[in-house]
Amino acid sequence: MSIEITGVSKRFGDFVALDDVSVSIPSGGLTALLGPSGGGKSTLLRIIAGLETADTGRVQIEGVDATNLSPQKRNVGFVFQHYAAFKHLSVARNVAFGLEIRKKPKAEIRERVDELLKLVHLSQFADRLPAQLSGGQRQRMALARALAVQPSVLLLDEPFGALDAKVRKELRDWLRRLHDEVHVTTVFVTHDQEEALEVADEIVVINEGRVEQIGSPDELYDRPANDFVMRFLGPVTELGDRLVRPHDLQLLPPGSDPGAASGLVKRITRIGFEIRVEVAVGEQTVTVTLNRNEFLALGLHAGSEVQVRVAPEVAGAESRSQVVGAV
Amino acid sequence: MTTTLTSDRPAVTRRPIRHGRPLTRVSGLGFGVAMLWFSLLVLIPLTAVVVTATTGGWAGFWEAVTTEQTLAAIELTVGTAFAVTLVNIVIGTMIAWVLVRDRFFGKRILEIIIDIPFALPTIVAGLVLLSLYGPKSPLGIDIANTRQAVFLAFLFVTLPFVVRTVQPVLAELDRDVEEAAMSLGASRITVFRRIILPSLTPAIAAGAALSFARGVSEYGSLVLLSGNLPNQTEVTSVRILSSIENDNLDSAAAVATILLVISFVVLILVDYLQRRLVRRG
Repeated sequence: MSIEITGVSKRFGDFVALDDVSVSIPSGGLTALLGPSGGGKSTLLRIIAGLETADTGRVQIEGVDATNLSPQKRNVGFVFQHYAAFKHLSVARNVAFGLEIRKKPKAEIRERVDELLKLVHLSQFADRLPAQLSGGQRQRMALARALAVQPSVLLLDEPFGALDAKVRKELRDWLRRLHDEVHVTTVFVTHDQEEALEVADEIVVINEGRVEQIGSPDELYDRPANDFVMRFLGPVTELGDRLVRPHDLQLLPPGSDPGAASGLVKRITRIGFEIRVEVAVGEQTVTVTLNRNEFLALGLHAGSEVQVRVAPEVAGAESRSQVVGAV
Repeated sequence: MTTTLTSDRPAVTRRPIRHGRPLTRVSGLGFGVAMLWFSLLVLIPLTAVVVTATTGGWAGFWEAVTTEQTLAAIELTVGTAFAVTLVNIVIGTMIAWVLVRDRFFGKRILEIIIDIPFALPTIVAGLVLLSLYGPKSPLGIDIANTRQAVFLAFLFVTLPFVVRTVQPVLAELDRDVEEAAMSLGASRITVFRRIILPSLTPAIAAGAALSFARGVSEYGSLVLLSGNLPNQTEVTSVRILSSIENDNLDSAAAVATILLVISFVVLILVDYLQRRLVRRG
């Protein structure tokens, strides 16, 4: 394990930011700390970096107890949401900063900076000031700067949060591929579940200062530990007293399954390839998503009578996993 | 290299950097008013002083400014203003730091007290200094009629300048940037020297220039305590006044012209130094 967090708590006055949090982060992986704003995930990241000290608990980095180490001595790279660029230094000197601090020979610094700028595709901007770069370019510069000192872990705090949607998506893919090349243990904080599901090898869901669940994106999406994780990771709807994903529900012509609930179609919304059907079942409004072909085969319109049930393959998988979980 | 990225559009970064644009009718009017105002209040009076200074010819001007008494006054004034400015750069930055970064009891009161030397009528400041550090000092410190009195008076009236120029800039500084430098291995001193100081330099320079200018022009706060002894504690403003009282307007204007030139040179120097320091990082 690269980062070992045990029993970490942190308060800010009356506000409990972290409450007895324990997490193990594997070496070489790309781990997301996912949760709503104010849930404590950024605080946890800052505690790992030493920018914040925990009230109780311990932090180990690469087998070394780092709990009382200053941020300078932890050898972590940190990337901030708002880039934290050194505004008065050129892009190349921003990247060189950590190496200059370590008093590396000039030639070695130049070589390493060139290499890193190439890695983040900023070679042609080496002599620009950060103010002359776009947001995405600035964040890549910050990433190169953090990687320059060859950190044992790379920490990113909402790294794409300040960027517009298109650039965010590009950088997200690029981070994934960069990580496949560099292989440094990476932890990033995000409140965007899509970002976490797409990029991370492992996701730690944090809410109200507590870890809700740790697992791979598939595990979290398919087998959420509780309603919070289920709701946070994707769309949900209620059928009876069950919480299900709208795409796990099936619509049937009336009278096809005696066990299924019956209702009336209230509203049909089409979003590209996806059709969203709202069905009134008794007092409840159940949302079901279908693809275009399924929808056309049913021939639905507002006011149609339908039956709703959980798709049999999903119900089967669930009952099997519950059995496995019980053993 | 297997990673690729499509966002390096040159359009984002090839923006030509231009300062200002040609005058339109409205902005031309604004420019005209600004120039007229500036001319009436600054350029014309200053020119008048220079013209008066040279009515006695170059020889008269030279004679007026090279008398022993005048030279001593210029040396005292400029030297003390310079020393006081150096002190203010260090202490003023420190006070600004404490006011912005630390939380302590009485901070609000200190915030207000800082401005008192600036807001106080200077002659009142002079009176305060005289009663504290004069012959009847309750502290037992008597620096009346000495050069220390001039230094102290300058120090008193110029205190707020560096504090007030540095404070807002320091408050606006991004703490992330300091944390980034720290996680890259920079000690607190290195962070201050290489990250914070370059951002503060323009503000410090502006404060220093104001502090120097105020020192050179000071009259009220020192006139009571310094004793105005010729060749010893007489500053240029006192020298100019006594020339005028002796009906020697040309000589007064000559000294004033020298002060003008010195102030002008200092302002240019400060600007130049500030630019160099910022670029060095």
